[in-house]
Amino acid sequence: MPEFNLQCPVPLPLETVQMAHGGGGRVMRNLLESLLLPAFANPALEARHDAALLELGGARLAYTTDSFVVTPRSFPGGDIGELAIYGTVNDLACGGALPRFLSCALILEEGLPLAELATLVASMQRAATRCGVTIVTGDTKVVDRGRGDGLYINTTGLGLVPEGRVLGPRQVRPGDAILVSGDLGRHGVAVLSVREGLAFETPILSDCAPIHHLAEALWTAGISVHCLRDPTRGGLGAVLNEIGLDGGLSLEVREQDIPVAPAVAAACELLGLDPLQVACEGRLVAFVPGTQAEAALAALHQLPEGRGAAIIGRVLDAGTVPVTLRTRLGTERILDLPSGEQLPRIC
Amino acid sequence: MRFLDEYREAEAVQPLVAAIQQRVTRPWTLMEVCGGQTHSIIRFGIDHLLPAKLRLIHGPGCPVCVTPVAFIDKALAIAAQPGVVFCSFGDMLRVPGSAEDLLRVKSRGGDVRIVYSALDAVQLAARLPDREVVFFAVGFETTAPANALAVREARRLGLANFSLLVSHVRVPPALELLLASGRAQVDAFLAAGHVCAIMGTEEYLPLTARHHVPIVVTGFEPVDLLRGILDCVTQLEEGRAEVSNAYERVVAPRGNAVAQTLLAEVFQVVDRCWRGLGLIPRSGFALREEFADLDAELRFDVAEIGGVESPDCRSGEVLQGLLWPTDCPAFGTTCTPEHPLGATMVSTEGACAAHYRYRRPGEA
Repeated sequence: MPEFNLQCPVPLPLETVQMAHGGGGRVMRNLLESLLLPAFANPALEARHDAALLELGGARLAYTTDSFVVTPRSFPGGDIGELAIYGTVNDLACGGALPRFLSCALILEEGLPLAELATLVASMQRAATRCGVTIVTGDTKVVDRGRGDGLYINTTGLGLVPEGRVLGPRQVRPGDAILVSGDLGRHGVAVLSVREGLAFETPILSDCAPIHHLAEALWTAGISVHCLRDPTRGGLGAVLNEIGLDGGLSLEVREQDIPVAPAVAAACELLGLDPLQVACEGRLVAFVPGTQAEAALAALHQLPEGRGAAIIGRVLDAGTVPVTLRTRLGTERILDLPSGEQLPRIC
Repeated sequence: MRFLDEYREAEAVQPLVAAIQQRVTRPWTLMEVCGGQTHSIIRFGIDHLLPAKLRLIHGPGCPVCVTPVAFIDKALAIAAQPGVVFCSFGDMLRVPGSAEDLLRVKSRGGDVRIVYSALDAVQLAARLPDREVVFFAVGFETTAPANALAVREARRLGLANFSLLVSHVRVPPALELLLASGRAQVDAFLAAGHVCAIMGTEEYLPLTARHHVPIVVTGFEPVDLLRGILDCVTQLEEGRAEVSNAYERVVAPRGNAVAQTLLAEVFQVVDRCWRGLGLIPRSGFALREEFADLDAELRFDVAEIGGVESPDCRSGEVLQGLLWPTDCPAFGTTCTPEHPLGATMVSTEGACAAHYRYRRPGEA
């Protein structure tokens, strides 16, 4: 009888959906690659950009969708209504588009106070006005009490991509500079602070805001933008890893140049979270030719929401790992794609 | 940031690195006791700043890691019961038991909640009188006093629906085991600063006397760690072996008397089984008999549940400094944060997790 050597222990398979499947990290990426991308395979989807770029009747369109399930519905610095507008507007901006039209689908739980719904809808319209987009279609469904979380919102967005703009993960080149438009991690910490009843001495407000003006500032300044991303779930770490993996490149960022507000850094330190993996909802990560880095930075600095912008790193030829972090002490380590959700630590 | 940045700046770090370089003439092996220190060392790349003759090995000080599988299985059994709200610190949720982890129990409908303090669980119990709220009390001397406070508070409120699954552990008996067994070749220890902030430094004196080994109380920031390392190598090079304190800004020699009183009021010292290390005499805290009614092991009849460790997980050797995480055949192949074989790969203080998360280019 041949010798039976079990080389590989059988891992516990994930037989049901877990929170990590929506966490923006490696588990979610596996779900996309093993189930969703093969099921719907087509070139627009496979570009794996924040918005699909489509040509229709001679027009270049960016098309995207996003669902919003945040708890609590109001948090320091924003609410689910404006988040639902900015989130989709920001994905369009990352597609190089001028945002134009949005849809709004509401899934309401029986028992949600109508006054709260009215407040959130007004908040959506204010945000839409601020972004110059029109909500042109929608849908309303109600589910039984206990079968929803008060309110879920889905928005789909359509924008026009001006001639000459070609961007996406595969446009990123060795030699490109990496910029962020402001300090990182505010949204995630703000939501966590309310959700978990944590009181910090300095209240941390969400960074929830539109970023299309920042994107347009880059285009207007004549920057040959190669890729734009907004670091939502999984934070900057997830964005950099996705670009590295999808573009077959290595990225290097410098810890001391990555802006993180002291209050956010302190909260993350306390909770055992990595601010580079915490969500933002109003920040832009831009990949531009290295020779245009300073010009791009100057363009971002001219807008109030870009005043905290910084050049944080550069793109290298394909190396052994997608993202390397150069620490304050001059040592190097990998900045990994987070696994699933970050879990606060014990001590 | 005050109290943080100044202990991370390159200008503060470089003179200490230079002093260590200058001091070391022979090969030495230091063990950092606590997983928090391990993560700091790997995250900041401190090991790469040190002379090649100086080796840092990782110790057993990760409370999540040393919690035996049997206890995880008990937690899973309790969390799966209807009517139970099971509260835990976040990093316990992904730790595999014999067959699954708390996240899976949650995805099947178990009410598993992350809390930041045991007092949050007490408040939850007060708010949900018709539910059984159970708190998973793991951790070293660091977390035990806060959990003791929760016990006192639950008693004060007269809560009948609150209980704790207690698996607290103590550092000194584990160090005694490592030294007495002679398996890990450790020349000096970097003791965990937060443990000593509670317990003080005196309980390490007998260890130093018996085994002639320097024990230096050390913090968690780069400057704190390097000061501790410098103190260790200075003692070793001079042939001294003393307990000393390189974390004076936090640790007082006698520790925190209030916390110690609280510990003594609520817990008693017991023998405790550690994952990978086995039964260590007097190495744990359990609830005193007068609090037995708050003991979840008794309330839910799970005392008899035993666990099965994965035969492929060598975390026991990792926790004793006998196996370097990346030398484990399973590391990064069959054992990853998504599919951990053992707790050392998923805990925020686990040595394998530190090496996986902060691995260097070329180690991928």
